[in-house]
Amino acid sequence: MSAAPAATLATTGPTRIALVGSPNTGKTTLFNALTGSAARVGNYPGVTVERREGALVRAGRDIRILDLPGTYCLDGETPDEKVVAEVLTGRITGEPVPDALLVVADATTLQRGLGLVREALERGLPTLLVLTMIDEVKARGGRLDLMRLGRILGIHVVGVVGHRGVGLDQLRAFLEHPETWPRRATLPPADDAAQRFAWVDEVCRDIGAGALEPDSRTDRIDRLLLHPVLGVAVFGLVMLLLFQSIFSWAVPAMDAIDGGFASLGKLSRDVLPEGWVTDLWADGILAGVGGVLVFLPQILILFTFLHFLTDVGYMARAAFVVDRVMGWVGLQGRSFVPLLSCYACAVPGIMAARTIASPRERLATILVAPFMTCSARLPVYTLLIAAFVPATPLLGPIGLQGATMFALYLLGAATALASAALLNATLLRGTISVFYMELPPYRVPTLRLLARQVWQSAAAFVKRAGTIILATSIVLWVLLSFPKAPHDPSLSPEAQAQADLRASAAARLGHAIEPAIAPLGFDWKIGVGLVASLAAREVIVATLAQIYAVGDAEDYGGLRDAIVGDVDPATGRPVFTLPAALALLVFFVFALQCTSTIVVMARETGSWRWPALAFSYMLALAWVGSFTTYHLSRALLGG
Amino acid sequence: MPTPLIDLPPGMPARLYAPVEGRAIPRRLQDLGFVPGTPLVIRRRAPLGDPVEIEIRGYRLCLRVAQLDALRVELDDGREASAASERRG
Repeated sequence: MSAAPAATLATTGPTRIALVGSPNTGKTTLFNALTGSAARVGNYPGVTVERREGALVRAGRDIRILDLPGTYCLDGETPDEKVVAEVLTGRITGEPVPDALLVVADATTLQRGLGLVREALERGLPTLLVLTMIDEVKARGGRLDLMRLGRILGIHVVGVVGHRGVGLDQLRAFLEHPETWPRRATLPPADDAAQRFAWVDEVCRDIGAGALEPDSRTDRIDRLLLHPVLGVAVFGLVMLLLFQSIFSWAVPAMDAIDGGFASLGKLSRDVLPEGWVTDLWADGILAGVGGVLVFLPQILILFTFLHFLTDVGYMARAAFVVDRVMGWVGLQGRSFVPLLSCYACAVPGIMAARTIASPRERLATILVAPFMTCSARLPVYTLLIAAFVPATPLLGPIGLQGATMFALYLLGAATALASAALLNATLLRGTISVFYMELPPYRVPTLRLLARQVWQSAAAFVKRAGTIILATSIVLWVLLSFPKAPHDPSLSPEAQAQADLRASAAARLGHAIEPAIAPLGFDWKIGVGLVASLAAREVIVATLAQIYAVGDAEDYGGLRDAIVGDVDPATGRPVFTLPAALALLVFFVFALQCTSTIVVMARETGSWRWPALAFSYMLALAWVGSFTTYHLSRALLGG
Repeated sequence: MPTPLIDLPPGMPARLYAPVEGRAIPRRLQDLGFVPGTPLVIRRRAPLGDPVEIEIRGYRLCLRVAQLDALRVELDDGREASAASERRG
């Protein structure tokens, strides 16, 4: 790599500094401290790697800091590592080579970190080295001659304690004038890793950066958390707590939001004049926005947990404990928590899969994520189980209804794992699979960083899922509302709504797909519900309520009675039987009826190919599963 | 006498040796600082035996056993590799 000519610094426009560093070096903390809260988050073109850029706060001029993905080397093969290499060589369109490099390394692990520093120096750009966690070096009996290190490397070296702000003023002063930063000194050649690390070892000896005293706090905690027996127990407890929190703790807030939007809808109907605009507002827009926001409590709790566990250092330990088990089906320890997050909603689960460094396991995790029983399936399960499964007690407090619910959860998880194994044996063969995971020292995260990360993740969820759910809700509202049946003043409002729905485009769709779903025991009404559930699964409950002209969708009892009491006018036999209900439950376990999941999957994999595959695969599985369930249970139970 | 890294008992300090004949240390591990002569110690194995936690160059890394088959070590204090296998046995 030849040194860039000295005159490349732009005299107009923003000066662009790229932040380069390994994971767990405090790079994100530093980026946040330097740029305040004004980071612009986007994606690099064509890949799913997050691009974060922020302006240096309180700077006299426009200085932009580009936070490159964490990497251990500058010529790696995962998407993240490739982006770093491509940005630094100017191979990404619209992303010129940065004017200067700000390299971040953890002062406690210089024997490794200087390897990346050396690679960065080879770029020949004006470079500044920031060493983080210098307080820990002293605490662990080490010493570090920063001046000497700077002289050896030929660049400025600044030591900081990012979360406490130590050293940041000095760093900011440097950052205002990147054009004055020197480029590297003449260094002995290092053509391969062996030579590079031989050089690193020599430099470390030279500056006195020898081995530090062991991090006794981390050692003590790890003796418990990675203990062969206790470690597994703690892992189980933490995951149980996470699971419990997204269900029990989130429920009151979710109910409040749900109720709030319902009353807002009623209120709108009371004050606004009757007509399609009011209908669109109350049933399309309000219902759509409510349908997104109702997930927010779960999402906030979930992201708080995920970021806290990651920042504190436990996430890597959890992955260490379960890696072997996940490995059996071709996933990684890192896949566990994203999949568990899918019990709340597949969208944040798929987003959380970004922490999986290996492209192959990440893709497998994303593709099987929608099988996990998300909370949108819960209202459907509750309704159908309450309506059709007898409340026979089985064992103590556990009844047949509870056991059915548990079986559905189990079926989803088992299918996810089996599908992962299948994918790995077939489609994903040949994709790069790498596994290495740092176990960072335990650190207490700052509340500010945590709050900021949770906020960013939740905002990304609302933006990504929200816009899609809202758009789909409006489209569905149109399908369900037009064309209308002729107005008949003799009908009650419920009966008129029912007549309108039966005349609607959605009803026609329901009739159109009836031949395909009749073998599963479903009639056109369920067909309409299935079409509607493409917006979000739980929408089927409200749609069925409308079809059966039950005034209040929350009235499970009324809806249940209407569904159970529905008879086929031709034969006089019940339309909906236990086998059909079981078949519908199985359909919901398997089918990918969620537009936001599909769109997020496309974004995160960078292609529509994968969601198309997942949708078809899951639909086929749903059809076969429902068909089998319907006919098997008919044979066994009669009906 | 070099020992396969996977046979190194947890807690015993060792140095990375040249890889098994005809094999190379995987590129990715080299980038993480796995070059011959580097001191390392296996801290522990995961509850089911895989992956292993290795301390090297002042940090801790989890690697799957299957990725380590080309790697060999020599014991840091010059003891023969057989001492390691005896302790293990």
